[in-house]
Amino acid sequence: MFEVLVFATLNGLVTGLLLFMLASGLTLIFSMMGVLNFAHASFYMLGAYFAYSISLYLGFWPGLLIAPLLVGLLGALIERYGLRRVHQHGHVAELVFTFGLAFLIDEAVQFFWGPDTKNYQSPDVLDFPLFTLFGQEFSAYRGFMIGISVLIFIGLYRLLTRSRVGIIIQAAITHPHTVANLGHNVPLIFMAVFGVGSALAGVAGVIAGPVLTTFPGMATVLGSIVFVIVVIGGLGSLAGALIASLLIGLLQSYAIASNLGVADLLNLFGLEFSRDHLLTDLWTLTLPQIAPILPYLLLILVLIFRPTGLLGNREQ
Amino acid sequence: MNIKNQKMSYFSSALALSLLLILAQPAFSQEPVRIAFMDPLSGAFASIGNSGLKQLQFAADHMFNAKGGILGGRMIEIVPLDNQQSPTETQLQFRRAVSEDLRIIFQGNSSAVANALNSTITRHNRRNPGQEILQINYSAVDPILTNEQCSFWHFRFDAHAIMKLNILTDYIAENPDVKKIYIIGQDYSFGQVVSDNSIALLNAKRPDIEIVGNEFHPIGQVKDFTPYVTKIVASGADAVITGNFGADMVSLARSIIDSGLDIPIYTFYAAYDGITATLGADGVDRIHLIHNDSGNPLPSEERKQYYRAFKAENPNNDMTQPRILTALQMVVAAMEETQSTDPYDIAVALEDMRFTTISGEEIWMRGEDHQVVQGLHLSVHTDQDVEFDADNSGFGLVTRYSVPAEETVVETSCRMRRPRR
Repeated sequence: MFEVLVFATLNGLVTGLLLFMLASGLTLIFSMMGVLNFAHASFYMLGAYFAYSISLYLGFWPGLLIAPLLVGLLGALIERYGLRRVHQHGHVAELVFTFGLAFLIDEAVQFFWGPDTKNYQSPDVLDFPLFTLFGQEFSAYRGFMIGISVLIFIGLYRLLTRSRVGIIIQAAITHPHTVANLGHNVPLIFMAVFGVGSALAGVAGVIAGPVLTTFPGMATVLGSIVFVIVVIGGLGSLAGALIASLLIGLLQSYAIASNLGVADLLNLFGLEFSRDHLLTDLWTLTLPQIAPILPYLLLILVLIFRPTGLLGNREQ
Repeated sequence: MNIKNQKMSYFSSALALSLLLILAQPAFSQEPVRIAFMDPLSGAFASIGNSGLKQLQFAADHMFNAKGGILGGRMIEIVPLDNQQSPTETQLQFRRAVSEDLRIIFQGNSSAVANALNSTITRHNRRNPGQEILQINYSAVDPILTNEQCSFWHFRFDAHAIMKLNILTDYIAENPDVKKIYIIGQDYSFGQVVSDNSIALLNAKRPDIEIVGNEFHPIGQVKDFTPYVTKIVASGADAVITGNFGADMVSLARSIIDSGLDIPIYTFYAAYDGITATLGADGVDRIHLIHNDSGNPLPSEERKQYYRAFKAENPNNDMTQPRILTALQMVVAAMEETQSTDPYDIAVALEDMRFTTISGEEIWMRGEDHQVVQGLHLSVHTDQDVEFDADNSGFGLVTRYSVPAEETVVETSCRMRRPRR
């Protein structure tokens, strides 16, 4: 049991930190522009596909650098020439815009790369087990994923709280007009934040592509869960996003690792049901079976009992 | 000027009309035979659907249209209908098929969809005599379709899950190294069938084999399979059985390989559509696959030539399901025999039809339940002796174990209700 627990923690950490990379960009964009970017996970997918194409010619490492830059650039352009124009028509228009954008990117990916799973592999340098614990290997690549995510969190945190740019960004979030009056180019800041947010999603795509497989459905699989994290963590809170990401990563991982089910719960009360009972599907439900939908359950609970999220400070 | 123009236009329209009449005459008598292909052509499972569409299209063009068509010169026209592999969308597309008078529907992906389509068609045919629709199921393997839910209007050209599992468990039972088996699958009808029947069959054939895990996960929802693999490792399993397909299959296999677990994985769908290329060298001799279409070496020269012709036209696709061709050939044979495109006539002719495929094998469409009876094969993912690879990757399937048609027969509980004519 102990070995399962250790690995479940490690797995949860990897998933959680990966989710954080997506959620951090999303929450940043939201706190700044008040826009929930539905296309955010699509940028993640684009990151993976760009990196895959680059890796065919230049290898993995240039892809890690170039692909996020491309995605970031694309994000900035979309903000400048798309979102900014739609902005005048209010939040609903923006929401619909990003919603449509997500479909557009999904279709474009299928159009250019085809519907097949892509053979995007992790670099050979990291193709060794970092350590072997209880007979199971923990690959160096997963260690690398954890490392990159932690670095990005520290970098982002320091940038936002310690640097001059960060101070301006933070000020622009709450008092955009004052910041503009002080002579700062607020639209440029918005564009940069959108670009950086997209690039972060791109990085997540680059490093997740080889492990979680690169296929046209990858944005859909991750898309909804990122929103869950942002809402649970509190809209606009970076630290909240980190906590919620880890929470959900670990929650899912532990749920899968456990063998508990409704049957065990009923046994506690001394109840037992036969297999041919009408509701047998309900009695035999196990925790691993419902693990991937647990975050949505948590979402509902948070919305009921703490609508601002864990660390959110927005007035609702 | 104006009058002259008008005269000109009278003249030209008269000319056009007569030309049209001349041209249209043969076109009316040679109205195409339209066949619907209903599978996911967009969304997460689009790759499988599109690959099937290409194969059906090629089968129609290469085998029949290029040779002058069927029924004395009529062409086959394939009409793609995108159901996004969702039962709801399937209903909409079915209505479209009805309104466009498409009377034959090829469908294969997802047993959930096939079941929904099956009951929709049965109901539609009962209420609309004379406008019946025929379901040609080339791939959905839930046994229920030719057992409890069997229908006169449904024909299956793939072996169903229990037939496949019967052979797969024979193969596993012959391997004395396998002592502990872990079963993991998608949480829907097919995944449940695989799990229940694997356990029952293994218990009967090798009571000493212990089932150390029996896991279900939501279909298409799992981002990372590593947590599941952790449980597989902890259970001490020395083999895994899974009915996963698509991205769920790739991710599972990749996670197992990444964890350093060197055990055989017995699968149904772990090849083609990018899966073979993604597994690459890591999957060699680990990934075993039960299927009805023999892997390398291909059994007949005719099939090799057909494969090469397909590859020449679709260099980026593989002929993953030769049974699509077989299904079309048998449907056409039934049309030729009855000189009719009416679903009822076709269905009657298909019952108990014996047909020799391009692989040179004689197969039989059992009239009792409309289940095809054909040989089954177990192949392994490798790069040795692969004449026809998958995904242009150099890796492909080599058949290790084959069972002739008569040994794959299983009983059916089907009590078919036949319409009266």
